Parts: sequence; structure tokens; C-alpha cells
Amino acid sequence: MSFLVDSCVMFFSQIIFFAGGWVFFLKQLFRDYEVHHFVVLLCFSVTFALSCAMFELIIFEILGVLDASSRKFHWYVGLYAMLLFLIIVLPYYIAYFVVSNVQFVSQKKHIRIGLTTIAWLIYLYFFWKIGDPFPIHSVKYDYISIEQYIGRVGVIGVTLMAVLSGFGAVNYPYTSMFYFIRPVSDADIQMVERRLMQTIDMILMKKKRIAVAKREAMQRTNTGESRSGIWGLVKSFASAGSGENLGQLRQEADALEELSRQLFLETVDLHNTQERMEYSKTFKGKYFNFLGYFFSVYCCCKICLATINIVFDRVGKTDPVTRGIEIAVKYFGIQFDVKFFSQHISFFLVGIIVVTSIRGLLITLTKFFYAIASNKSSNVIVLALAQIMGMYFVSSVLLMRMNMPSEYRSIITDVLGDLQFNFYHRWFDVIFLVSALSSICFLYIAHKQAPEKNIT
Amino acid sequence: MAATDKVRILVVGDSGVGKTSLVHMICHNEPMLNPSWTIGCSVDVKLHDYKAGTPAEKTYFIELWDIGGSSSHKNSRSIFYSPVNGIILVHDLSNRKSHQNLRKWLAEILNKEGKGIENGYYDDYDPEQFAGNQIPILVIGTKADLAETVKKETLLSRMSSIAEECCADEINLACNQVKYLAPGSSNAVRLSRFFDKVLERRYHSSNNLQTSQSPVVDRRRPAMHYSKSSHVD
Repeated sequence: MSFLVDSCVMFFSQIIFFAGGWVFFLKQLFRDYEVHHFVVLLCFSVTFALSCAMFELIIFEILGVLDASSRKFHWYVGLYAMLLFLIIVLPYYIAYFVVSNVQFVSQKKHIRIGLTTIAWLIYLYFFWKIGDPFPIHSVKYDYISIEQYIGRVGVIGVTLMAVLSGFGAVNYPYTSMFYFIRPVSDADIQMVERRLMQTIDMILMKKKRIAVAKREAMQRTNTGESRSGIWGLVKSFASAGSGENLGQLRQEADALEELSRQLFLETVDLHNTQERMEYSKTFKGKYFNFLGYFFSVYCCCKICLATINIVFDRVGKTDPVTRGIEIAVKYFGIQFDVKFFSQHISFFLVGIIVVTSIRGLLITLTKFFYAIASNKSSNVIVLALAQIMGMYFVSSVLLMRMNMPSEYRSIITDVLGDLQFNFYHRWFDVIFLVSALSSICFLYIAHKQAPEKNIT
Repeated sequence: MAATDKVRILVVGDSGVGKTSLVHMICHNEPMLNPSWTIGCSVDVKLHDYKAGTPAEKTYFIELWDIGGSSSHKNSRSIFYSPVNGIILVHDLSNRKSHQNLRKWLAEILNKEGKGIENGYYDDYDPEQFAGNQIPILVIGTKADLAETVKKETLLSRMSSIAEECCADEINLACNQVKYLAPGSSNAVRLSRFFDKVLERRYHSSNNLQTSQSPVVDRRRPAMHYSKSSHVD
């Protein structure tokens, strides 16, 4: 009986998450596009609902809500459904939309489906091959066991997480701290704008000359009768020489257009910097600036920690909650009920991690989507984002195991099977370090290049 | 060339609706092969005969300013917006949202002209501000070949609510087929009528007598008249 109640609770919450994903899709992602293929919306919402359900189960685990056996059952259901989507459904639809977008493919249905199936099989092959260089449990070479697939999804997802965290950890202080903003005055912007308008006037002049020349050439061919033979040839040579040199004019116009694009991008840059300057004077801006300093310290700590972990081959055994409580008890002599507090504190910690990671990922996905999507590619990109989101959330469940006390880790260990969790943490550290260091390099180079543009 | 006057028409719409291909087809009568995303503004000119076929025929330059629709460039677009003599609003027939966004575009342009509400209200839609608008507007729907997959009824029913609100004319076409703008077709006639309207409002309306030739002659006549009368006296 309690199983039925638990299932109803889970089902109801999944409906809520599904609706949340639906609304997010329509209002935020597909703000400027019309939904032609309903299946895209469906896939995205289902992936989002399954990911949130997994997080919800972890929180229920910590709080002790619901029956233990029904929790386990729902874990298995959710995990299998998620794997089904990540490995079979989403890649198939991505391949289908990519094939539909390519122009020289004929539009008949069976050709499209045939090509899609071929592409999907190629994807499966490479997906399987990814697991080879990593210590994923492959003694049995069992295609049905869940560890094979979770292991591979975990590798890809952890790489993604580490890259995003590394870049985010470096980029956030850079964008929110005002130490890095260069001052821009109105006069600078007006100067560049004036140059831009002058360039456009020059382009207009050239295009007008081209248009007039073309019209004159057309009038000449209309009124001039067809002079046959050499006389006609000589006449046409003479008239062409007196007109404008169209090819050269077009080349000059193209060069000027390129220049106008560069100038416009400079104006955009200057306007953005000016907006940031104004933002820094507001209260919200100052608050985020302050946070930026904290985060830069946190980011340095994480980089050092990752380096130490790699160099000394150290893997943390205890989670931060238990370690914090141990320190509190040992050094500060505070006596409190360890079990009670560890449950609540780990609930808060895990809850915060879950909420911030969902929110952070959705914001990043939205920004990414606005930057690169166009009318043709919107379906493919949204499905690719759904795939990334699914893999990201599966691996954050994997890595979250480290942040929880041992009594709550058991469910993850049970369900996810015999994975080498330590490997994933090490892999995360390595990729995080690489990503953070390379983002520092990129931002340094970008920052150095920009002032030179302002001087010219 | 220096004696030919010009008017400026803005071509605006969401990113990817086909403004650059449209401008290319209007000016060169051939479809554009490889359009790429417009950064900033790309301009093209067309020679148009005002009142073609009548004794008052005069050739003008029509400058078509095709403004890139990317939303990250919104803060820098405003320098292109003034002065403007005509507006062409472009939307994609296969994407309904691009039609709904046309109001935002119109508000953005009109606010910059100083005829609307102050800054900060670009996204609010207020039909009042379009009522007093003097600038001629044309609404063009592109990708008509793709939109044939959409049912005919829905296509007709959303036949421009915005065109009705602005008393604008409307054309539906596909920019990769020249037949839509073939001379003599109804689309070409509407386009030509729109250009004539823009030119008329700019150069031939009663408010703009300073730019035409007649007042110079008028001012000279009384002076001659006085000198004649003084001479007689």
C-alpha cells in the first residue's frame, strides 16, 4: 500500500518537473522560434523531469522520506529511463534533424530515416569505444549490465562538468569584478560611430555609381541596335571604356563593408563596456563585485586543491559535512548530536548544490542557445542541449556521492553498481585543472588585445 | 549623380528572416546565393523612377539599409535609425514569433525618432504610438515556399494584424525565386507604390516645399515685380 502512495508522490512530482521544463522551453529557449516539431519539446521536458527526479530521490534519501524499497525501485526506473533517452532517443532525433537540414539530401521520408539509422549506429559504435581507455568494469563484457552504460555516460558528463566548472570559476570573477573594466567615455563611442557612418556613406557612394553605370549600360544595349561584325565590336569596346570600372568599384565596396563590420563590432564592445560601468555604480553591481572577490579566492583554492589531489594521488575519504563536524567537536569542543545535525547539514549542502547546479546549467544553456541558434539549427541545438543536460545531471549524481556522509552513499553505490568512483573524482580534478588554466590563458590574451583596439 | 536625390528606407526584422536576400533581390533582380549573418548594417541602392510613364517622371536613389537583427547588438543599432523616410518590416512566414516581434522592432525605431514614449519601454506595445506615425511602412513576409506546408487558413488568418494597425501594405514572397517580384506582378506593383509613397512624403508633400524647385521661383517673382514697378515709377 505504501508503495502505491510513494509511486503517486513520485509521479506527481515528475509531472511538476515536466511542466517546469515545458514552460522553460517555450518561454526562454524558444522565445523567438515557432515550435514545428512537437517531439523536440517533449524530449527536452522529459529529460529535464527525469534529471530533477534523480535529485529529488537523493534528497528523499537524506531526509528519510518514503519507503526504502520503493525509493530503490524508483531509482532503477528513473535511471533506466534516463539511459534510454540519452543513448537511444536523443541521439536518434539529433541525427534525424541534422540529416533533414543538410540541403543535398532528398526530402523523401525513407531516405532520411535510413541515413538517420546509419548515423545513429555510428554514434553507438563510438559511444562504446569511449569506454576502452578508462577503467570501466568490462570483465564480463556484458551488454545488459548497467555499469557499462553509466560508466560511459559518466565519463562524458564528468568531462563536461569539469570543463564548465573550470571555465565558470575563472570567468565569473573576471566579469563581475570591476578591477578589469577599462574606462570608456562618450567621446570614444562617438568617434567610432562617426567613422562608421562615414564608411557607410562611402559604401553608398560606390553603390550608387555602380547602379548608375549598370543602368546606363542597360540603356545602351536597349537603344543600340545589334551592330554586327567588327564595327559593333569596336563600338562596344569604346563605350565600355568610358563607363565606370564595375569590378573595381565592387571590390572597393566589399572592402569598405568589411571595415564597417569591424567598426560596428567595436561600437558594440564600447557600448557593452559602458553599460558595465554604469552597472558597477548600482547597488546590485557592487554586491556582485564583492561576491566576485570571494569567488576568486574560492577558485584559487579549488585549483590548488585539484593540483594537490593529482600530485599526491590523494582521494578524500570523508565528506565535508562529517569532516566539519569532526573539526567542530575536536578543536572547538562543541558537543552536539552528530547524527541529527549531519542529516540536516548534508540536506542543506546537497540541496544548495542541486539548486545552484540546475540553475547554473539552465542559465548557461540559455546563453549558449541565444548565441548560436538560428532558425534552421534551433531543433538540433535544443536536442543537443537536452543531451548535455542529461549527461551533466547523471554525473553530478555520481560525483555528489563524495559530498554525502557514508550512510547516504549506499543508495548510490547500490544502484550505480560497481563503478570506480575514485577514478571519476580524479578525472574531474584533472579536467578542471586543465580547463581553469586554459581559461586563464584565454582571458589574459583577450584582455591584453582589447586596449590596443581602443587606441586606434 | 549629384543631382539625383535620395531617400533612406530601413529594412528591419528578426535575425534570420531573410532581409539581406530580400534587399539583394529588390536591387539586383536575382536571388542571393550565400547570405551570411549581417553584422551592423549593410546598404544597397536602387534607382527608382517616381511616377514612371508620366511627364513628371524623375529618378531617385532609394537606399535600403538592412539592419542586422541579432539581439546582442541592440544597444548600438540606434545610430542607423535617423533620419528615416520609410520602413520595411520583414517577418518569416514559417515562424510566427518573428511576426509578433515586429511590434518591438517598430517601437524601437519610433522611440529613437523621438515620437514615442521615453527609453525603457521598448517592449511595451501601445497602438497609440503607431497612430500618429507619418513614416510609410511596408510589411513583407518571406520564405513563402517553406510556409506552404503551413495550412492555408492559418496563413490567411494571421494576415498581418500589424499591417492593419499601421495602415501598411503587405507582400508575401520567397527570396530565392525571382518570379515573386517579376515586373507587372501584384507584388512588384505594391512595392513600387510603396516607394512612390515614400518619395512623395519626402519630396512632394506640402510640408517639404523647401526641397523642391517652386518656392525659389516664387520668391524671385515678387522681387522682379517690385523692380518693375519701381522702374516704372
